[in-house]
Amino acid sequence: MKKTLLCIALAGALSASAQAADKIKVGFISTLSGPGGVLGGAIRDGFQLGLDHAGGKLGGLPAELIVEDDQQKPDVAKQLADKLIKRDKVDFMTGIVFQNIMQAVQGTVLGAETYYVSPNTGPSNLAGAGCNPYFFAVSWVSDSYSEATGKTMTDKGLNKVFVIAPNYPGGMDVVNGFKRYYKGGYAGEAYTKLGQLDYAVEISQIRAAKPDAVFFFLPGGMGVNFLKQWHQAGMGKEFPLFGTGWSFDQDTLAAVGEPTEFALNTSHWNLDLDNPANKKFVADFEKKYKRLPNEFAAQGYDAARLLDAAVRDVKGKVEDKAALGAALKAANFESVRGAFKFNKNNFPIQNYYLRQVRKDDKGRFVNKTVGTIFTDHQDAYVSACKM
Amino acid sequence: MNWIFFFEQCLNGLQFGLMLFLLVAGLTLIFGIMDLINLAHGSLYMIGAYLVATFAQASGSFMLAVALGLVATAIIGMAVEVLVLRGLYKRDHLSQVLATFALILIANETTRAIWGVQPLSLSVPAALSGSVELLPGLHYSTFRLVIIAVGLAVAALLYFVVVRTRVGMLVRAGASNRQMATAMGTNIKWLFTAVFGAGAMLCALAGAMLGPLLAVQVGMGENILILAFVTVVIGGIGSMRGAFIGALLVGVVDTFGRAFIPTLLRTALPPSLADAAGPSLAAITTYLLMVVVLFWKPQGLFPAGS
Amino acid sequence: MRLLRYAVLAAVCLLALAFPQLATWADQEFYISVASRVLIWGLFATSLNLLVGMGGMVSMGHAAFFGIGAYVVGITAVEAPQWSGALLVLPLAVLVTGALALVIGAISLRTRGVYFIMITLAFAQMLFYVFISLKGYGGDDGMQLLARSPLGSLKMADDTVFYYLVLALLALCLLGLARLRDSRFGRVLAGIKDNEARMESLGYATFRFKLTAFVIAGGMGGLAGALMANQNGYLSPNMLYWDQSGTALVMVILGGLGSLWGGLAGAAAFLLLEEVLAAFTPHWQIILGLVLLGVVFFAPRGLAGLFARKPR
Repeated sequence: MKKTLLCIALAGALSASAQAADKIKVGFISTLSGPGGVLGGAIRDGFQLGLDHAGGKLGGLPAELIVEDDQQKPDVAKQLADKLIKRDKVDFMTGIVFQNIMQAVQGTVLGAETYYVSPNTGPSNLAGAGCNPYFFAVSWVSDSYSEATGKTMTDKGLNKVFVIAPNYPGGMDVVNGFKRYYKGGYAGEAYTKLGQLDYAVEISQIRAAKPDAVFFFLPGGMGVNFLKQWHQAGMGKEFPLFGTGWSFDQDTLAAVGEPTEFALNTSHWNLDLDNPANKKFVADFEKKYKRLPNEFAAQGYDAARLLDAAVRDVKGKVEDKAALGAALKAANFESVRGAFKFNKNNFPIQNYYLRQVRKDDKGRFVNKTVGTIFTDHQDAYVSACKM
Repeated sequence: MNWIFFFEQCLNGLQFGLMLFLLVAGLTLIFGIMDLINLAHGSLYMIGAYLVATFAQASGSFMLAVALGLVATAIIGMAVEVLVLRGLYKRDHLSQVLATFALILIANETTRAIWGVQPLSLSVPAALSGSVELLPGLHYSTFRLVIIAVGLAVAALLYFVVVRTRVGMLVRAGASNRQMATAMGTNIKWLFTAVFGAGAMLCALAGAMLGPLLAVQVGMGENILILAFVTVVIGGIGSMRGAFIGALLVGVVDTFGRAFIPTLLRTALPPSLADAAGPSLAAITTYLLMVVVLFWKPQGLFPAGS
Repeated sequence: MRLLRYAVLAAVCLLALAFPQLATWADQEFYISVASRVLIWGLFATSLNLLVGMGGMVSMGHAAFFGIGAYVVGITAVEAPQWSGALLVLPLAVLVTGALALVIGAISLRTRGVYFIMITLAFAQMLFYVFISLKGYGGDDGMQLLARSPLGSLKMADDTVFYYLVLALLALCLLGLARLRDSRFGRVLAGIKDNEARMESLGYATFRFKLTAFVIAGGMGGLAGALMANQNGYLSPNMLYWDQSGTALVMVILGGLGSLWGGLAGAAAFLLLEEVLAAFTPHWQIILGLVLLGVVFFAPRGLAGLFARKPR
């Protein structure tokens, strides 16, 4: 009975606040527990820092951040999205790490015409034919990093490359992005079980195939396992290793250490990108959380900055959906990646960089930017978007 | 296919099998003697790996860390036995499943509260990293050779214990004959605690051996727990011989499945179909193996007590 | 005591019937879909309870039927949209999962105890790996449903309408189970659970009884999966994963093994506990673990045991 009374009181409070629009509510669903929790935690920390830098406000209005843990389970995420939209009536949603979680909540969030700003996952269907005016990504399309890796390996004149990736459609998409830009030949390909622990078989296959270089895409714990075993077998000295930035984010480098050294990888952001917004972000992040930020944190930070800019541009009138959409699209903020703008599918047009893992002067393993692969790169799906 | 490659894959299979055996040995010991289904076995493995990694970072010595980690995990295991598991021996298997599932939740969340969400790093001394040339053209990871050696040593030690000692008699009596075990004396309570401590120690050893090869993170226990149970069931629950042979069988079948099925299918099927089916088939070989074994031998290869 | 039980039962039924009105009245319509989710999990747990509690067959692969039931809805919507009406697709899900259970059961029931736990788990895991690599049906990303399966002129998109459909199906299943339990079949099954060898020596073909129970439970699990796909508008291989089987098993033990209401009570308690604890502390799983331990030691017959008749 107490609960019902509480509900009524709450409902009264809600209907009162709806008219005033005196604060901005952001629903943040992310993977905060389990092995994937590292990524969600980084995004949340970055987003929180973005809010801090705006004085805890969005566009000058007090901001309320409602954080929920999806436990990396699609049905849990779906219910949380329902709750945030129907009960809490949030103005924006953000936070999701994984593509299958996005697929599960997409109908609920976009169907309710709530703006979703993705601080990570960028499914290719949302960039192409399924593009949606309510979906913005401050990250990338899922195969952009591997496109950049493919381009790099072509530019380096490699002609005998070994590819290893997990056997599921998401993994295949990344490999297809790689193949779109890699023009050389192949020494072999191995597709492993999702969540595989031991890579001795594949490492033996690679050694027998004698490739010029190896491209690997193994997300999360699989990548850590592979890197450790690769290093253990002494493979790093014989075969150069190329990967995507996801396998070499700062948290992974700190945890895995030496096995990552010298590996080449691609990302749209790095610690050492030379722009004022990034310098402030990196310094303040390290001060607040006692560790260096990674790209997931950078994406979370940019998501908060984008919301701040959009609410400011519409002068707090978030009910005007059309104006709000235009303000989001204008992206009037200084991104930590440097200049970027949204394409017509609401995905970024941005640069991609080549990075190499090295030791810095404090003995930490960090990525050093060693080149620019793409300038103002557009994804492969934008032409299919009818928006 | 050349012979070096084939031989290397055989070594990989042996190594993976012995890696599994380290985990499965403790599970078998505990099941065989106490008739306890311990789902939290994977959690002890995780705790072992975390402790070894932490001690290694603090002391800088891998060997010292392994020794400390083994002792500490055994103590934690015995504490859990006294506080919780002791009350479960007389209960049915379902209560044991629920209680040890609860222990998994507690262990995972406590680990996250103490160590945070980032994976820990654990690397081996420089002498054990890199590879050695076993035969001309055959390089093999030194640390994986160490795993093979440790696995064989543990197997030999357990063989001795099972065949020669009073504890071993209990194991041989098997899960089916608990009454005899309880009739053996008043000290049985503490013997059980000691056996559980030994099982926990084996978990920590597995954690120390696998930590340098696998991500040390929350949830690592459940990833490997299922594989461990599959192995136990193929070998025959509670049978140490079954655990050993089951582990080797799973190791070899899984390794060969991954190494050769995709290639073999490509010779038999059109490439597009083979590429689609190969990796999927390779992913489920261990489960297929279990179904086939249980179809012919519903009690596993070496039923306990036989 | 008996009176109290009836009073509780009547109160629960009334609450279930009036829940959407109460929620609407409190301006909290969101909780209607939460309640549907609880009922669907309850149905799934109840189907497992038929196996575990009534038949003594502990399965760790029940998610196979949950997931395949959902995929029947998803695949029908893509391949044969003309069949996607609820009156066709829900029975189809039951038939397909029932047939699947016949095959899995025929092989698995050769084994017992822990072997049975693991062989059922193996089947579900194999299906998980097959569906995760099937690009045609979304693989790891799963499948989105454009709309709920239509049923006559009912507005299925309305959460209240859908809630009553789920409630009606659950009530039907519970009623069927109650009759089954008191039938000759149910008594033989209970006999097998107690002492299979004795039932065999009495001349019962125990394998056929167990297989029949397995098929019924599979079909009911498939129905739950089909409803869950409709509830979420989304399905994925995650529904086949072993942790779904494990969650259902925990719900059954928590609620009360073999009790008619055990599955539903366990599902409601588990999901509520999750919801309340998660709001309370980020480390809520420690408390959940402690609560489950408490159940094992202090309420060995589950929540239903707290209200049940004295053991016979």
